[in-house]
Amino acid sequence: MAGASHQVSQPLPTPSTSHISFDNVYEPAEDSYLFLDALSSSTEKDFLRSRFSVSSHRESTSTAASNSPTVLEVGIGSGVVLAFLTAHSGEILGRTDILSFGTDINTFACHGAIKTVDVASRAFPTTSGCLGDVVNADLSSTFRDGCIDILIFNPPYVPTEAAPDLSEHDVYNEYIKKPAMESFERDSHLLSLSYAGGLDGMEVTTRLVDDLPRILHPTRGVAYILLCAQNKPLQVKDQIKLQHGFNAETIRSSGQQAGWEKLQILRVWKD
Amino acid sequence: MKILTLNFLTCARKTCKSSPAAFPLHPRDAELEIVETEFNALFIQNILPRVEWDALKGLCTELGLTNVPPEAPEPKELFDTSIKSAGIDEKEKEPTQLTRDLHNLLLETTIQSGKLVCGNCGHEYAIKEGIANFLLPSHMV
Repeated sequence: MAGASHQVSQPLPTPSTSHISFDNVYEPAEDSYLFLDALSSSTEKDFLRSRFSVSSHRESTSTAASNSPTVLEVGIGSGVVLAFLTAHSGEILGRTDILSFGTDINTFACHGAIKTVDVASRAFPTTSGCLGDVVNADLSSTFRDGCIDILIFNPPYVPTEAAPDLSEHDVYNEYIKKPAMESFERDSHLLSLSYAGGLDGMEVTTRLVDDLPRILHPTRGVAYILLCAQNKPLQVKDQIKLQHGFNAETIRSSGQQAGWEKLQILRVWKD
Repeated sequence: MKILTLNFLTCARKTCKSSPAAFPLHPRDAELEIVETEFNALFIQNILPRVEWDALKGLCTELGLTNVPPEAPEPKELFDTSIKSAGIDEKEKEPTQLTRDLHNLLLETTIQSGKLVCGNCGHEYAIKEGIANFLLPSHMV
């Protein structure tokens, strides 16, 4: 994996997702691992630790700075990224009082992810924060204004003719523990939601970006969003800066080969 | 779904976002279950300032949970100060029963099934097997 050589200390263990059936839930891949790499890099640890330090000067009173940070992963899939950040929050954020949430449009992902985070969290009791819930929802739509400090989004970024048709989603999204028979239509629909991004691969990401000013905490809020080369990252960054007044910088990329699916992670925040 | 989570959620409809009646959502036909989780006293102390206490109280009343303090507890109520604490490390302070009760209420008391109703538009969101579904039919988005 690119970036592994940057780690001076032992890499933090990757959470197990072996309980999930990847017939209809996105299996952790290069993009997921790029997040683990980014969040445990010394640059991001330093950034997050200083932003969420209990003695931070960002807040007018020390009480506000000691409040538990909240984390939301949108489109959580297997849960591997949120589980990693939650279970290792003592190592990454330097505090274990974080509260984490996840959302996914796919109910099978929600059921799998909540277990991924729970298992990882119990495996690292001395460094783990607290898991709130994983809810079946469209992006961040159901969270209250300004209540999220750290938002993570590994979006459906592959350019496709159109974003998936949701007219039958209710039917396909009915949770069944052990499906009596395989449903190719259901599984391909649910998987398409994890990768198909419509025009420029940006249709879903744009909707999430437009909700950032509402959902993020006005001073502490920070978002990490993954893009691929075809998403036109330079344009996306300019848009985020000009339209919403955030900083937007690439903090990690899968660099080495100039393949068509070259990935990068943006950090979006206000000073 | 944990009781604490409901303090961070509202109706998913855009048109309800500005309405105070959309928060908190109201439970209906809720089946509760206690699910044990790791006790983290520091978490309880630091999450409390973020909790909308009136919303929590209202929710608990609707769920028939009566062990909620009328006011948000003060930090000094969360750790036992009767022991001579001079020189004792922050991490070794003994949490009070109140802190354990709050842990039980906020993180271990869960809604396994039922509905959540928006006080503004009346839309009902289902909770099944502990997972709430906030997806809206396309005409309501």
